[in-house]
Amino acid sequence: MTLKQVQGDETSKMNRINQKLKEDKKLLSIYFTAGYPSINDTVSIIQNLEKSGVDMIEIGLPFSDPLADGPTIQDSSTKALRNGMTSELLFKQLKDIRETVSIPLIIMGYFNPMLQYGVEAFCKKCQDVGIDGLIIPDLPVDVYHEEYKLTFDKYGLINVFLITPQTSDERIRFIDSVSDGFIYMVSSASTTGAKTGFGNEQSEYFERIANMNLKNPQIVGFGISNNETFTAATKQAKGAIIGSAFIKHVTNQGVDVIDTFVKTII
Amino acid sequence: MSYNINDKGYYGEFGGAYIPEMLYPNIEELRQNYLKITAEASFQEEFHELLKDYVGRPSPLYFAKRLSEKYNTKIYLKREDLNHTGAHKVNNTIGQILLAQRLGKTRIIAETGAGQHGVATATVCALMGIECVVYMGEIDIARQAPNVARMKMLGAKVVPALSGSCTLKDATNEAMRDWINNPVDTHYIVGSVVGPHPYPDMVARFQAVVSEEIKKQLIEKEGTENPDYLIACVGGGSNAAGTYYHYLDNTDVNIIAVEAAGKGIHTGESAATSVLGKEGIIHGSKTLLMQTGDGQITEPYSISAGLDYPGVGPMHANLYKTGRAEFISITDDEAMTAGLELSQLEGIIPAIETSHALAVFEHKTFKPDNIIVLNLSGRGDKDLQNYIDYFKL
Repeated sequence: MTLKQVQGDETSKMNRINQKLKEDKKLLSIYFTAGYPSINDTVSIIQNLEKSGVDMIEIGLPFSDPLADGPTIQDSSTKALRNGMTSELLFKQLKDIRETVSIPLIIMGYFNPMLQYGVEAFCKKCQDVGIDGLIIPDLPVDVYHEEYKLTFDKYGLINVFLITPQTSDERIRFIDSVSDGFIYMVSSASTTGAKTGFGNEQSEYFERIANMNLKNPQIVGFGISNNETFTAATKQAKGAIIGSAFIKHVTNQGVDVIDTFVKTII
Repeated sequence: MSYNINDKGYYGEFGGAYIPEMLYPNIEELRQNYLKITAEASFQEEFHELLKDYVGRPSPLYFAKRLSEKYNTKIYLKREDLNHTGAHKVNNTIGQILLAQRLGKTRIIAETGAGQHGVATATVCALMGIECVVYMGEIDIARQAPNVARMKMLGAKVVPALSGSCTLKDATNEAMRDWINNPVDTHYIVGSVVGPHPYPDMVARFQAVVSEEIKKQLIEKEGTENPDYLIACVGGGSNAAGTYYHYLDNTDVNIIAVEAAGKGIHTGESAATSVLGKEGIIHGSKTLLMQTGDGQITEPYSISAGLDYPGVGPMHANLYKTGRAEFISITDDEAMTAGLELSQLEGIIPAIETSHALAVFEHKTFKPDNIIVLNLSGRGDKDLQNYIDYFKL
């Protein structure tokens, strides 16, 4: 295979996430729970985040039993479900999102709601509305690889996997080999929003991963809430994700002053 | 075809380990070690010694003469209610605490609904001198006060689960979150045949002492190790898994699984997962569970806190789907009546969970020469207040 062919293949596969990852800057990604604080906030939150200079957005599809999440995201999920959020409604809200928003959009959610929707139908809807990738914490990489990868590929979706300080080098290499976007680096052994700030464990972990020279860039999540932690997380990594701290902001300040939050980070 | 687990951790299409990456090292450590450790001679020796001298095994297989006369068939009761702590739960906690010690763990966490598994866990932690934290839904803490007091007296810390619906499924979520936050020193003693592989298989193996004993005891009493029917109640399904275990692939033996219909299957207040559930993922396992069309897990209802779980272990989902087991749903009223009947015919007050299994005799007619073994999974002391309120005693 010639170099030109390789480049050609990569370009055809490249979606907004890959393009964004090529930019020469540290990326800020923000997570929010769809349907929170109000059922119809989804589109305006996304638009405001982009206007505020955020590079990428994770749209949380709420689940009744979010195992990997701490109290802040649990609460927002419970309220979003009470507000009436569903997979179908989220897709309806996002129907015209690509008319106004151009940054990468990722849906983050647990596997059961997608399974009930039908994995292929879910992927197809994602492609229809312009979703670029998915993060599904409880879909293990081996099951994805054996059963769902072809479907995700068919609809041009990037699936993002998590690693933690406890993940072995061997498994990280495997995850790197089956990823084609970025790797979500969970900063510590914790649920979301459980810890703030980084210690020696994180410095060593960030260093270890940086030295592995993985083919996929890494974006750090969990424990990032301000400029200090954002800077520390992105010293080696390509970017960082903020979830709980942003949810707390919209809980306290509402959805109209998103830029004031983003300015405290970057 | 086997009804037991395959080498990938599935019963048919059910099972597996659908867990966040944060739990992967913990689960993988267990998966790689549980068969090896539990097969070691020193493990087996200590496990069986504790079951004999501490739990009081073997539990009797008792021929229930008056109950048999009433229903014109031969009913044997496997007396798990006579175990230390009053139910079958302790078989599993003894096994898991010995495993946790061999894995070098210094802290134990558990979930509990009615408090029976919490008490059984707190008991073995006291026995071994290991720190114990039990997660329990805030609502369950309020309605199961005696068991909360027992756990505290045994030295365990009881932490209220305040998320979601504040009951068993949320306590399980909280225990899993604790494990994510404490991945190195902590072992999670799951209380039923639920959760990610290898838990369903590991718990079933520890409970399999029940069917192992039934085989021996039935030969003494009837000259055959095969009953015609095995009957057990199913919430998550650990007492049922133990009852069926050595008979799973022996299709001469019929299997009956009894679920809680609550106030009636279609009243919206039920826990009959086989009827109301659909395939999905709960607590890391692909199985049948009660959920909305959008895939949100719903809250079940039963008068019995031990059957009040929205899912069922993957072994049982497969027994249902393949037709290997007959599933029968019993309402609150039918169960309470059967509990009172056993008390007055045999002088045994059963746990309300077990009362559901006993109510099968009003539902299904057996032949006079049928040999039936029913797992009397727990005693009714913990349910006395419920019985008193129900019957206005």
